[in-house]
Amino acid sequence: MLLARVVGTVVCTRKEPGLTGIKLLLIQPVTPERKPAGKPLVALDSVGAGAGEEVFYVRGREACFPFLPAEVPADAAIVGIIDHWNL
Amino acid sequence: MILGRVVGTVVATRKDERLLGAKLLVVRTIDPHGKDEAGYMVAVDTVDAGVRERVLVVTGSSARMASGLKDTPVDAAIVGIVDAVEVSE
Repeated sequence: MLLARVVGTVVCTRKEPGLTGIKLLLIQPVTPERKPAGKPLVALDSVGAGAGEEVFYVRGREACFPFLPAEVPADAAIVGIIDHWNL
Repeated sequence: MILGRVVGTVVATRKDERLLGAKLLVVRTIDPHGKDEAGYMVAVDTVDAGVRERVLVVTGSSARMASGLKDTPVDAAIVGIVDAVEVSE
């Protein structure tokens, strides 16, 4: 899993049926020092995250697991909202 | 998933038989503000996207989770047409 900050939302009316009802959020990956790390990406939200929150997300095939047994075409999903982290 | 813009189509007569009937589009990756980035990919369209539309692309093995792509040799699929991107910071 990796750290990120939610920086926006994405709206799609026409989409894959498997994505119906799932929130799409724009996230900016960050380093443990809270600096931007790489390009923003779109992730599915499985925990009710919102703009400005720090989250951790999973990439790859595992991104569809939070939505099982539904088969969701996802390669990134937010799986936790971070209260705080210490270095 | 990443944001992209459809910039073209790909036609291939000879291809893997599991790709028969698949619509292939050339997608240029864009940033959240709609500006073109350097990358591009060929993606299978599952939502009837058209040229110049902003789309949501799922890549890697998850692309095969899109409808009709089970067990196909595909690593990028268009799964949504983007209406709006709101960037709050």
